[in-house]
Amino acid sequence: MTTYFTGEHEWIKVEGDTATIGISDHAQNALGDIVFAEVPEQGRALNKGDEAAVVESVKAASDVYAPVAGEVIMGNPALADDPALINRDPEGEGWFFKMTLADAGELDGLMDQAAYREWVKTL
Amino acid sequence: MAETDTADIQTLALDAWHRDHGARMVPFAGYHMPVQYDGVIAEHLWTRTEAGLFDVSHMGQLTFHGDNVDMALETLLPGDLQILKDGRLRYSMLLDESGGIIDDLMATRRRDHFYVVVNGATKNGDIEEFERRLPRGIVVDHWKEQALLALQGPRAAEVLEALAPGIAELSFMQGGQFEIAGTPAWISRSGYTGEDGYEISIAARAAASVADALLAHEAVKPIGLGARDSLRLEAGLPLYGHDLDRETTPVMADLQFAIGKRRRADGGFPGASRIVGEIDQGSVQRRIGLNVEGRQPVREGALILNGEGNEIGRITSGTFSPSLQRPIAMGYVASAQAEPGTALKLEQRGKIFDAVVTPMPFVPHRYHRKPAGA
Repeated sequence: MTTYFTGEHEWIKVEGDTATIGISDHAQNALGDIVFAEVPEQGRALNKGDEAAVVESVKAASDVYAPVAGEVIMGNPALADDPALINRDPEGEGWFFKMTLADAGELDGLMDQAAYREWVKTL
Repeated sequence: MAETDTADIQTLALDAWHRDHGARMVPFAGYHMPVQYDGVIAEHLWTRTEAGLFDVSHMGQLTFHGDNVDMALETLLPGDLQILKDGRLRYSMLLDESGGIIDDLMATRRRDHFYVVVNGATKNGDIEEFERRLPRGIVVDHWKEQALLALQGPRAAEVLEALAPGIAELSFMQGGQFEIAGTPAWISRSGYTGEDGYEISIAARAAASVADALLAHEAVKPIGLGARDSLRLEAGLPLYGHDLDRETTPVMADLQFAIGKRRRADGGFPGASRIVGEIDQGSVQRRIGLNVEGRQPVREGALILNGEGNEIGRITSGTFSPSLQRPIAMGYVASAQAEPGTALKLEQRGKIFDAVVTPMPFVPHRYHRKPAGA
């Protein structure tokens, strides 16, 4: 199991040919209090870079992009009633959706955890 | 996140104070301003139950001196200023020649002159308008070395009375000269949250010591611009540049309360015939409040649709209400659709939302008004 990060502050945790996607601790902190999250429906086909989910704080709306191509397995059902879960546990219980991994080669351009944490420090 | 050119952005007198207290700073109205400290929702709810300290020193603090200064200001503002007693303040608007709103403001009669607080983003343009359009002999001064703090919330009076004895005697929309933490201060019982509270004008060099003295009380926390926006939205108060602009008149903006009886009868302010006509016959459009179904905020720029799906207006402000735990919004619609209870649709990024026209304020005001006849 390996976790990768994107320059848009999504994380992607890969287990075999499935992946779990969420936003980083840095991203939730930058957004502030999250009041709404919309996750993609099961079965939706995503291309790399597609707008897959929406997250809104009191102040602003942001898109969550698909870091890789694949098909949505499920959205996180807990986020509808408790979007603040993303603030409390962004890289754990506050995950957004799970998807199949169509092309493992797409992971090559992503950062690993250590590289992401270092990069975020420079922002 | 895009890089922003911050070279021309000014710093507040309390810039270091904000950073020391954990503020996240953002550019706003030409200044680095604190947008949040602990988090918008916590700060919002704190202000509704305790006392929130806001730095609003970006706003323009102006004085107007000259003979018959009240009558002179009435040539540009539609409010009844002649009736104002010493130390009383009034909400009003600077109007352009066709009755459009150049800015909204608070005007106070202070002995022989008027003290006026205008919005930060518009203050330089306002000063030009005043200087160009006021009668000769009126002197406009901009108090750039003056800071402005606001202490808002149900415990504001208790906190401030201990530092500036006598302020508890003020009623809503009344001010006076006091001393706080050894510093002369003009303090008025007013604000932008819907709560009881005060606005405190002090020399910028004393701002940190006054802020420290206020924050020493366990009921006080610093509050950022984020919560200031959600608090004023719940209170139904419009924000200039979003809910008000030169395309809107006081009647369209549902602010006709600010036009006194004498001014309606006598006119003598910019756009008077148009505005009095709108008071009598209604304006084409009107500012409304909306309760939005679901949990997702609908924000500025979203379309307002009627039952047939035709655009009848736009959202000008919207957020998730921390007090009501639901999305609320303000916008403009054709007056025929402005009645409370009217069901409308909103469209944002291709998605349709149900909404109902709702009387404002969304959260009741809790101003400290003296009983009638007192």
